[in-house]
Amino acid sequence: MQKQNRRDFLKTGAMLGTAIAGLSSNKTKAKPKEILSEDRMGVLVDTTVCIGCRKCEWACKTAHDLPTSPRDTYSDRSVFKKMRRPNEKALTVVNEYPNPQNASLPTDVKVQCMHCDHPACVSACIVGAMSKQENGSVIWDTNKCIGCRYCMVACPFQVPSFQYDKALNPKIMKCDFCFERTKQGKLPACVEACPVETLTYGPRSELIRIAREKIKRNPDRYINHIYGEYEAGGTSWMYLANQDFAKLAFPNPGDKPMPGTSESIQHGIFAYFVPPVSLYAILGGIMWITKKRNESEQEKSL
Amino acid sequence: MRNYLKPIPIQKKFFTPGVIVVAIIAFNGLVFLAGRFFFGLGEVTNLNNQYPWGLWIGVDVAAGVALAAGGFTTAALSHVIHKEEYNVITRPALLTAMLGYTFVAFGVSVDIGRWYYIWHPLIFWNGSSALFEVGICVMMYLTTLYIEFLPVVTERFIGSVKLKGFISFLNKPVDKLLRILDKGLAKVMFFFIILGVVLSTLHQSSLGTLMIIAGPKMHPLWQTPILPLLFLLSAISVGFPMVIFESIIASHSFGIKTEMETLSGLGRMIPPILGVFLAFKIGDMVIRGTFVYLTQFNLQSVMFIIEVLFGAIIPLRMFLSEAVLKSKVLLFIASSLVIFGVLLNRIDSFIVAYKPPYSYGAYHPSFGEISVTLGFIAMLVLAYRFIVINFPVISLPNKNYMIQTKFKIRGN
Repeated sequence: MQKQNRRDFLKTGAMLGTAIAGLSSNKTKAKPKEILSEDRMGVLVDTTVCIGCRKCEWACKTAHDLPTSPRDTYSDRSVFKKMRRPNEKALTVVNEYPNPQNASLPTDVKVQCMHCDHPACVSACIVGAMSKQENGSVIWDTNKCIGCRYCMVACPFQVPSFQYDKALNPKIMKCDFCFERTKQGKLPACVEACPVETLTYGPRSELIRIAREKIKRNPDRYINHIYGEYEAGGTSWMYLANQDFAKLAFPNPGDKPMPGTSESIQHGIFAYFVPPVSLYAILGGIMWITKKRNESEQEKSL
Repeated sequence: MRNYLKPIPIQKKFFTPGVIVVAIIAFNGLVFLAGRFFFGLGEVTNLNNQYPWGLWIGVDVAAGVALAAGGFTTAALSHVIHKEEYNVITRPALLTAMLGYTFVAFGVSVDIGRWYYIWHPLIFWNGSSALFEVGICVMMYLTTLYIEFLPVVTERFIGSVKLKGFISFLNKPVDKLLRILDKGLAKVMFFFIILGVVLSTLHQSSLGTLMIIAGPKMHPLWQTPILPLLFLLSAISVGFPMVIFESIIASHSFGIKTEMETLSGLGRMIPPILGVFLAFKIGDMVIRGTFVYLTQFNLQSVMFIIEVLFGAIIPLRMFLSEAVLKSKVLLFIASSLVIFGVLLNRIDSFIVAYKPPYSYGAYHPSFGEISVTLGFIAMLVLAYRFIVINFPVISLPNKNYMIQTKFKIRGN
């Protein structure tokens, strides 16, 4: 360390520069798939229509090969006593809330991944295992995931869940918008199973138009708010309701995309590697100068 | 005076009654670790879908990285700014950083669900992920730390390679190889020292960026866009206190004289650094108006006040006093307070401040999680003791060396 000379210093510096130039060219490609297609699909959930039959829960489990009790058992309404959340065993669940307009007709709300337009999980994932697909689905890649659970920390809707009981190959479990089914032209399992047309599957832009129309035609039936149109920067799944969404246990993440701040900090620090390389150069300069100064002081003192 | 000092292996027995207690704590941690690997994370930890990160990420990883900051701060002090009077503390600080980051890596690999894929970030990149940045930087920095420590290893074995039995013919070539390695390292070491400092500033700050994406799920007292800056500043301000803390403990434990002159000098540099951190922390609170949350009485407000008052304000005042700088006990207390403050800040940032929208009850670390965390700390202490007994890390007065050094200085 003491024997360093100017030539070594420059040589190593040049090597570092080349290495970084190589790195940064890779870096531009190093982003998970995050397409925001104009024709991306979505689902409009009309909570005023839902009867809480939970057939969507059964259909979802069946479509994803998850263990399930027989279809008839889903008519049991005692599960509504406790609020449930989607987890590693059920990717979608229905909860029931009191209806201020008609006490005998409670409001039922289906919950699953919202499939954000700017998903926090996609931005957060260390290996890019989460991706936003062209049809709007946010899906998870088992071949990349390391199980760090940062997606769960990042998600504003607290949706991804983890198989804590598995010692080997635990998975992140969440609704995948039936990516495999829709690829074959089929409907998402829950949409297909719904007997009362609570769920409308279609292009997101079209769904917003339909939702606005519904609100306009039935101003008594709906509050003037499409949850998911702007929440967290917009989501593929959107909801209509007859009461404030906060009362139906929807979080309020704000209208800005969740990854905004963190990504601008991240990209600020690593703007083409300029800040780190400049820091390196400055430190190198200081090292060189103080060393020279120490040497000349030593010479003087002799 | 300082020219008398030379790093040498400490002549002490490894086992003492205290060491056996530490070994038992380490073993207890290993038992629970086995449980985690055989039955899954859920069996040992209290983590759930609402609280995906707990004690292991907050303490073993985040606090571990912060408390290992002594490595890069002393490297910057004695090798970049060339304050060579502090050379005596660089090796112990380097060792702590090296062991600290090694255990951070262990901490990460037991916490992630698929530990056997820990290398995935090397091939699957996500440039927008703060965690990716942290992961890559920590991997690179850990390698850098091992390279920085290599000269200690070569120094230990040069001239004393004594392989036994049929491989004894290798003694000479190995010795020669070590000498070549030592020479080569001396020439390129400056590169790794600067690299270490740059990598440290990068990941210390990115560790703060981690929680920003959690947005409103993090309590407003901690959730701020300048989190990365606060994390970096607090890491820098805990660097020297950590060196003071471990120097005093090591000298006490090995019955050697504490280098008070060096430690007071370090202590004198702490107030400006801690002051800058405090200014940003308080300033951020004032600008965002989050002090309103301090009027509520709850876990978050109490923890925040403890963190700022005992972790920054009181030690700042202490380090400004000449009496504290001269007294070993007070210096130790002041340093411990800063360390406590940063430890608490990391626990607050990752656990206390995190409020998931649908939690059924607050997260408390399980007995298994605490056992593993304590076990890792115990293993780190044992490894530290083993290395300072067997390698030249801690500097002791050495008469023969004094004469040599004088000649060397005149010769140059």
